[in-house]
This record gives sequence, C-alpha cells and structure tokens, in this order.
Amino acid sequence: MKIVLIASALLLTLTAGAQTKSTADGIAEYRKMLEDGNPAELYEAKGAALWKRPRGPKNVSLERCDLGLGPGVVKGAWVQMPRWFADTKRVQDLESRLLTCMETLQGFNAAEIAKTSFDRGEQETIEALAAWISSESRGQKFALPQGHAEERRFYELGKRAFFFRGGPMDFSCASCHGVDGKRVRLQDLPNLTKNPGDGIGFAAWPAYRVSSGNLWTMQRRLNDCYRQQRFPFPGYASDVTVALGVYMGVNAKGAESIAPALKR
Amino acid sequence: MADPMRIRAQAAGDKATVRVLMAHEMETGQRKDSSGKVIPAWHIQDVTAQLNGKTVMTAQWGPAVSKNPFMQFTVKGAKAGDKISITWVDNKGDKRTDEAVVS
Repeated sequence: MKIVLIASALLLTLTAGAQTKSTADGIAEYRKMLEDGNPAELYEAKGAALWKRPRGPKNVSLERCDLGLGPGVVKGAWVQMPRWFADTKRVQDLESRLLTCMETLQGFNAAEIAKTSFDRGEQETIEALAAWISSESRGQKFALPQGHAEERRFYELGKRAFFFRGGPMDFSCASCHGVDGKRVRLQDLPNLTKNPGDGIGFAAWPAYRVSSGNLWTMQRRLNDCYRQQRFPFPGYASDVTVALGVYMGVNAKGAESIAPALKR
Repeated sequence: MADPMRIRAQAAGDKATVRVLMAHEMETGQRKDSSGKVIPAWHIQDVTAQLNGKTVMTAQWGPAVSKNPFMQFTVKGAKAGDKISITWVDNKGDKRTDEAVVS
C-alpha cells in the first residue's frame, strides 16, 4: 500500500511538472536536443563549395557576385538584404540577387530557374548557397538599409501586402502574424509587425525543416505562407515577396540572425 | 558521389564524444511520387566507425532512420589528436568515408 501511495505521489508531482511546462518550452527542448546536429550544416558546406566552383554555360564561379557589400563580400551581407542594387535598378532579396549573379556571371537562365520547383535543379543550388551565405552572418544584427527611395517604397509595399486580405478564407499575413501570442497548432507565431526578438521570425530563416527534410529559404517560407492562406502562389523572387522581406527585415532591425536555423 | 559528412569529435576525460551528420536521402521505399509510382528504397545500410584504423562500432540501419541522419556516440580511450573515421554503405552499394581528428 505504501509503495502505491509513493508511486501516486510521484505521479502527481510529475503531472504538475508537465503542466507548468508550456508548449514553447517543449519545442525549445526539442531544438536544444537537435542543435548539435542541424542538417543545415550539410547545406552550408555544399553552398560554400558551390560559391567557389566554376559552373554554368560560362563556367565561372560566383566569387565576383555583389551581394550589396561589394563583389565577393559575403560576411554581413545577409543581415542587410533585401536592398537596392544600382546595377539592376531593383530592390532584391538574396534569392533574386543570386538569380541575377547566376545569369550575368555564369550564364544561367534566371527566368528558367525561377520557374523550377523547389528542391529541383538549380533551385537546390540556391538553397545551399542561401544556407552558406546566411551562416556567414550568424550572430549579426539585422540592419536593412532604408536610404534609397525605392527601399522605403518597398517597405510600404510590403506593409500593404502584409495587411492585404483575400482568398477564400479572407486571410492576410497579419491575421496570424499581426499580434503577440498566436499559434498554429503547436507552433508559436511571431508578431512580424515589430521586432519579434533574436532568432525569431525573419531572423530564423533560411532554416532546415525536419518535417520535410529540406532547407527552406525565405522565398519558400513565403510561398508556403501564401499556400496556407489559400492565395495564388507568388512568383519566385517576385516584387511582392521581396517587399514582404523588406517589411519584415526592417521591422526586425537589431534582431540577431541565427540562420540557418532548425525548425520542427 | 555523395556529399561529405560533418564529423565532430571532442575528448573529455578518457572518452570522446563523436557527432556525425550524414547527407543522405534515406528513401524508405514506402512513398509514391507524383505519378503514383513507388519511389524505390534508398537508404544507408551499414555504418562503421574506426578509431585510428581500428573498428570501434558497427551499425545496421534501415528505412526507419530519418533523412540526413545525425548519429552520436562515445568512444572510450580516445584522446585529442586521434583519428576518427566513419564509413557508410547504402543499399545501392554507394559508400562514403570521412575523417576527423579528436579535439
């Protein structure tokens, strides 16, 4: 009898303990267990090699690619994108900039790559490059430039896209990401209208998704957000996706980047 | 040719902790592609760990192991400077060996 009593007392303490632990704690614990073995590292290694390897019809490497801080400068570039590029006269995010470099330097057809589905062909190259390029800015704080008029215009466009409601469910990005403390099933949703904190929201992508077993860039993240809203799919590296990047990135000013992160 | 593994080995006391990330599809053979055809099984079958050329661990893996698997184990008697090498062989006969030095 005594043993049973002790056992049930133990059980009580255990359940009490489990109740005080929130969903977020559980996910944090899961991430902790996996952080030593984030498979994004495999993509980083692949991306670093791809950057230097002569490829494409012109058989040239990407080492002269300008990511905003000068040709070939990778460190710190990720936390200052999307930004205005004078040569293309466009505001570009990392993926759209890589498309430009792959076309002008290596001779690939950017439109063709943009049409390729994720995880196929040259899209895989961009995923690996994004993993490596973002890893080179790990620990740095987001500081998107807003000096150019187009950069400020893109911020306003992104804001409009963020609050734009539509689709069969009349959703907008803001329906889920406009206030604190929302979640989808077990996932806490960051409030992207302000800085959600270090390594959260915009500062956590690109990331390795354990559930799908591949690396997601911000473009893929946004593509899936639109799918979940039942919107038509946005074009890859299209202006609306870049504008949303500017909006989230500027709002995340000062947030520390942990990319490439690990997601459930 | 498969992508390289990431191996880290750290000595603490008379043991070393080895962490390995392998790049592999680990296709189970249970899934179907968009046209309804079964995607053939393709996964790592044998894993061998060697410490300075001497086998210290072998493992047999199957389709239940995740894509891009992570493996961690401890080796008794491994010191800083020792060489750890990991080899995997998959069911198509493809293999890969990578090395790391214990730090």
